[in-house]
Amino acid sequence: MNAAIDGTFIAILAPFFAAALAPFVVRMLGHNGSWLLALVPAGIFVHFLGYIDQTVGGAGIASVWDWWPGMGWPLSYLIDGLSLMFALLISGIGTFIILYSGGYMKGHPQLGRFLSFMFLFMGAMQGLIISDNLVTVFIFWELTSITSFLLIGFNTTKEKSRRAALQALVVTGGGGLSLLAGIILVQLVAGTSDLSTLLTQPGLLQTSPYYMPILLLFLGGAFTKSAQFPLHFWLPNAMEAPTPVSAYLHSATMVKAGVYLLMRIQPIMGDTLAWSIILPIFGGTTLIVGTLLAVRQTDLKLMLAYTTVASLGLLVMLTGTSNEIAIQGAVLYLLAHSLFKGALFMVAGLIDHGTGTRDVTKLGGLAKAMPITFGAAAFAALSMAGLPPFIGFVAKEELYLGIWGTEPPFLALTITAVIGNALMLVIGFAVAFKPFLGAKVETPKAAHEGPLLMLAGPVVLSVCGLASAIFLHWTSVHLVGPMASSVAGKVLTPALHLFPTAIKANLILSLITVALGLVLFFRLALLRGIMDRVLRTIGWGPDLGFDQFMNGTVLAAHRVTRLVQPGQMNMYMKVAFAMTAAAILLPLILLDELPNWPEMPDMRFYEWGVMAIAVIGLAAVLNAKNRLTAIVALGIQGFAVALIFMLFGAPDLSFTQFMVETLSVVILALVMTRLSLYQDDHRSPVRTVVDGTLALAVGGGFFLLLLAVVQQPFNAELSDFFREHSVAIAHGRNIVNVILVDFRGVDTLGEIAVVAIAGLAILALIRVRPKTRPKAQPISDNSNVGVVASAKTSPAQETTQ
Amino acid sequence: MRTVIFRTTAPYLTSLMVLFSIFVLLRGHNEPGGGFIGGLIAASAFAIYGIACGVPPVRRALVFHPMSIAGTGLFIGASSGIISLFSGVPFFTGLWIYPTIFGVEIALSTPLVFDIGVYLVVLGTIASIALGLEERERL
Repeated sequence: MNAAIDGTFIAILAPFFAAALAPFVVRMLGHNGSWLLALVPAGIFVHFLGYIDQTVGGAGIASVWDWWPGMGWPLSYLIDGLSLMFALLISGIGTFIILYSGGYMKGHPQLGRFLSFMFLFMGAMQGLIISDNLVTVFIFWELTSITSFLLIGFNTTKEKSRRAALQALVVTGGGGLSLLAGIILVQLVAGTSDLSTLLTQPGLLQTSPYYMPILLLFLGGAFTKSAQFPLHFWLPNAMEAPTPVSAYLHSATMVKAGVYLLMRIQPIMGDTLAWSIILPIFGGTTLIVGTLLAVRQTDLKLMLAYTTVASLGLLVMLTGTSNEIAIQGAVLYLLAHSLFKGALFMVAGLIDHGTGTRDVTKLGGLAKAMPITFGAAAFAALSMAGLPPFIGFVAKEELYLGIWGTEPPFLALTITAVIGNALMLVIGFAVAFKPFLGAKVETPKAAHEGPLLMLAGPVVLSVCGLASAIFLHWTSVHLVGPMASSVAGKVLTPALHLFPTAIKANLILSLITVALGLVLFFRLALLRGIMDRVLRTIGWGPDLGFDQFMNGTVLAAHRVTRLVQPGQMNMYMKVAFAMTAAAILLPLILLDELPNWPEMPDMRFYEWGVMAIAVIGLAAVLNAKNRLTAIVALGIQGFAVALIFMLFGAPDLSFTQFMVETLSVVILALVMTRLSLYQDDHRSPVRTVVDGTLALAVGGGFFLLLLAVVQQPFNAELSDFFREHSVAIAHGRNIVNVILVDFRGVDTLGEIAVVAIAGLAILALIRVRPKTRPKAQPISDNSNVGVVASAKTSPAQETTQ
Repeated sequence: MRTVIFRTTAPYLTSLMVLFSIFVLLRGHNEPGGGFIGGLIAASAFAIYGIACGVPPVRRALVFHPMSIAGTGLFIGASSGIISLFSGVPFFTGLWIYPTIFGVEIALSTPLVFDIGVYLVVLGTIASIALGLEERERL
């Protein structure tokens, strides 16, 4: 544990800096800027490679950087097999995705912004998997949801992509809130939210009476993020995003965040009855539903998207068994999936780029025109189908070995896995071979090979799927072993073989899978027709349900708003002032803390003069026949107060008061002219009495409160501190300013953020126009004064701090 | 309110007020003043200009949308706290340097950067509200 910033923290922050620089790099270098920008993730990848030897044997490296002491939000990381594998995948695949984006979005006017979002996402995802503190994990978790929202909705002019973006945000953001609640409970039960500490106490959470709520809340986060049925619908819809986004976020990285979370908490929350029931059921259902839905699709990206859903289901199912061999299978499958799915998505983008269509029924015979793409696609699809000598085969062997013959429900799990994998083979072949083989089909664009920027990714990833299997010993010792150890919570040394050494159940299952898959592949059209008819008969799906849910929510919110906000500004102000008066006066009276009546101070003549100005201002307000006069008269009163501040040695305050008063009068007058109110301010006698009583109650209340405060003994500790240290350590003689910008700078930062947000809200209010505008019809009462009130109070609150 | 006298004097008044606001901003650490009050003065300067000559010339003079100015200010303010992280001290620790420019020693500090951020936020926010309200014809 060290306390300072080190290389890994720089690696965590680097993508955020790259995000800031990306638009400028693109402006200077065009799409070739992605060569330069890709150096950032490449550098991070190399940095994390350095940790590989240290995590062998299941060790973890944790470090804390307490960047804001006293706040309790240290930035901390935990690098063990699990987070290292993810870090390598995120930065490694990220490198090629950045290159690919440069080629895919070549000439797009918003390329800089796009790359900026991609880097923001990369930073968020990396922070998520590497953070040691669960609160930090949550912050990065939500940041991935937000960046995913920005990327899915990147084509802002398309309604479908806006809907998809919103849907992803609602589903994953909602899941994030569930995760936050879970984290708070963990903090309460365990007294810490540091993963490195929690992981040393297995059994603590499982035996806690709050185990069930904690588990369900965490699952709420993980299942939404990793698109488990029935919340899977956002992921296929997210395919509206540009292809690099689909390849990166929605197959290789972000959607695996849920799986990451489950794997991370497996040692501390796993291996219980609830865990081994809920996870396999949801995972298994998702696997089957995902593959069946994939069969129905003809769009390459959608086919891949549904198989991603299915693969995530498989991973959840395997994690749910808490069985060591199955966990090794899950780890291998996660690696294999990231490699082949990332590659296949990029292939889909290449096909789209090279031919102008992604519809698998309109493609064929591209092998000649796009040989490199075909090669990459074939390698990736063979790995996806689980054929030797690819890493997908090793993964499938291991996971069959893990679930075969363990606990009683193994038969159900095995059948689910076999059907799922067979269908996965069908889709893999359909995506990778159908467009390239067979007779040549006319395409919207003359088929051509993609540029180097776009080919690099799929080629390298698919070759990695082969290399990691050929150098299986290295892979298993350095990547799979450490990661499986972290997930299982004990040191595992997997014994993996590229080629089966004996005829065991898993080999037979593999053969069944391949046979079943091939049969189905040649009956794909028939299968698609059946699925289509089935889904048409059902007619309703969670995607439609989402719309109904959203409409219902909006309707309910609308009704509640109508109920509590009938639109009478006059009424709002009355309620607000009455509550203020009650809040001040009731405690003073009920707790018998009314102040003593003070003696009349000995005032100088000029002080009397200032008082007289204030009283004159007051009289002018009360007597004003017209609203504008009243506003200006109120200004007189404010100036008198400013003069009092000046006389009693608060020049800063007085200065600010003058400006605030001036601006308030100007802004109020402007609002007046816009609202086309009646010029005169006529009130019925009853209203005069009610308004007057309220005004007296609030004013008198503040008067009494201030008197009571002043009569308390004065604690000079803070004033003395500031007086003593203002010049000594903050180098400033103006104590007010030193407090604002130095001693309490963070408070001021919060306040200016509030000022800016309030400004945005007011700007929005100014621009709101009722749909049917009542032309030149004066409004009879003080509606919309609230706009001004908030405009006036927000800066005023700042100064009185 | 668009009298000839007002229209003629307003640009001069505005430039003087903006200049004064910067003066107030910079002296703030030792004399009465600072980013908040400076921002208010600058915002009223632009409000006056807007009342006298209409909103479009003000928007042209500002170049950026006032709300972007406020956003930039917020960014600068937050960044000034992050600078200290690179010196190995906690977030928002004030850092000071005293370079000598043209023979004069000038005190530069992260609190000053922060105060400039405050100035821009207040200027941008109030100016965008005031200009938004002044712009009645277009809306």
